[in-house]
Amino acid sequence: MIRVENLSKSFGEFTAVNDVSFEVRKGEIFAFLGPNGAGKTTTIKMLTTLLKPSSGRMWLDGLDPQLDPLKVRKSFGIVFQDPSLDGDMTGFENLELHAVLYHVPRRQARERIETLLKLFELWDRRDVPVKKYSGGMKRRLEIARGFLHTPKILFLDEPTLGLDPQSRNQLWAQVKQLNEAEEVTVFLTTHYMDEADRVAHRVAVIDHGKIVSIGTPAAIKKSTKTETLEEAFLALTGSAIRDESADPAAAMRQFAQMWKR
Amino acid sequence: MGVIYILWLRELKRYVRSRAQIAASLGQPVLYLLALGFGMGPVYAQAGHGSYLQFLAPGVIGMTVLFSSVFSGLGLLWDRQFGFLKETLVAPVPRLLIMTGRTLGGATVAVIQGLLISIVCIIAGFRPVSLALVPVGLVFMMMIAIVFAALGTAIGSALKDMQGFQMTMNFLVLPIFFLSGALFPLNNLPRVLGWITSADPLAYGIDGMRSALLGVAHFGEAIDGAVLACVAFLFLSLGAYSFSKVEV
Repeated sequence: MIRVENLSKSFGEFTAVNDVSFEVRKGEIFAFLGPNGAGKTTTIKMLTTLLKPSSGRMWLDGLDPQLDPLKVRKSFGIVFQDPSLDGDMTGFENLELHAVLYHVPRRQARERIETLLKLFELWDRRDVPVKKYSGGMKRRLEIARGFLHTPKILFLDEPTLGLDPQSRNQLWAQVKQLNEAEEVTVFLTTHYMDEADRVAHRVAVIDHGKIVSIGTPAAIKKSTKTETLEEAFLALTGSAIRDESADPAAAMRQFAQMWKR
Repeated sequence: MGVIYILWLRELKRYVRSRAQIAASLGQPVLYLLALGFGMGPVYAQAGHGSYLQFLAPGVIGMTVLFSSVFSGLGLLWDRQFGFLKETLVAPVPRLLIMTGRTLGGATVAVIQGLLISIVCIIAGFRPVSLALVPVGLVFMMMIAIVFAALGTAIGSALKDMQGFQMTMNFLVLPIFFLSGALFPLNNLPRVLGWITSADPLAYGIDGMRSALLGVAHFGEAIDGAVLACVAFLFLSLGAYSFSKVEV
């Protein structure tokens, strides 16, 4: 479903993604793991047409994101690392707008929105502005939105960041349910290794822009002779702490929050 | 079309829901209208030009439309901040449609703001000389809205943070307002100021409105309309180009 060959991306001197190749099969849940700044989000941005690669090729459902951006965009859903909802609109309106942007026929959209909002337990709050939602509710709404146009692939970039264990468990249960019911391929990144271990069929560990290991969680644990995926991860990537500098968008978000109240 | 409509509708919904903001954004023009209109009125009358409030009202309407439409374009900055921009950029829709929907939405909101302040002007004592020409004034108001909503989109696409917003306010929007002749007649200006004002698109918009509502013009309606149409085309192209280059 996803094929990536020798993909690289450099920003000036810095190489964020360095000659990465991998494949994700149809219906698979694939976890992309790595420390901060390893190149996870950059890879997702290239796959989802938001960034142009420096070199290499990729295919999503047989289509090249660079040659067929509009078709590729229709074939995937995405939940970004940071929120991407319109807080002034209600949950229902956010999904409605998404349905129009993705050309989902009106009647079909209504039904689908109702099903998804019920599944993600947001139906009762559908007419409340999103800014009044809790963090967990916003995340669930974004995931529901990602599934709305029945995509073939769903990208989840650290979807459980900042959620409590209850919400995290529930969220993965719902994602798994839809993965099985609709055969959606799921490509996710997370910092919670236990989640990846539980949810993902296969895992790739990326560090300094290169894939250092790829396989089922069991195989990775076996090859590193460790008990848990977290130990395997540390064995593969070392224990040095990676600091990312804050990007302008993050700095602005902070400013905006100060401004709001 | 559905895409343009839903994004246009979004701008309108956001506007209607932020009642505090509506009131706040009308405060400044009302202050200009009342403080300057009544404060400078006697001086203006003594100089033999008649009622300053009459003269000022189209200027204040133009100012309201200018501020409101530029801000709506800069709303892109907020969407970038709160992440919603990404949702529209990964959608399987050409960016030109997204830009068009947003810009038309912003322009519509600006026209509504302009109409609200027009009502305030009428309450304050402003009277158009001919009711038949009021629609012409409305057309000029819409042209101002489109020109500056497009400019706002162009700038909003290029900016990355709030500092840029302040810069835009101080070095672009305020000069456009002050040099447009919103507050003073363009006749008999010092030569350099005359040149500068004739390079200000808002000057043509306000001149067009004055011509329709008061029957006095500096450039003349035909020139006003032609200049505004050209500038609208230019800014819309610029906005479309600038928006097509946005990266998140």
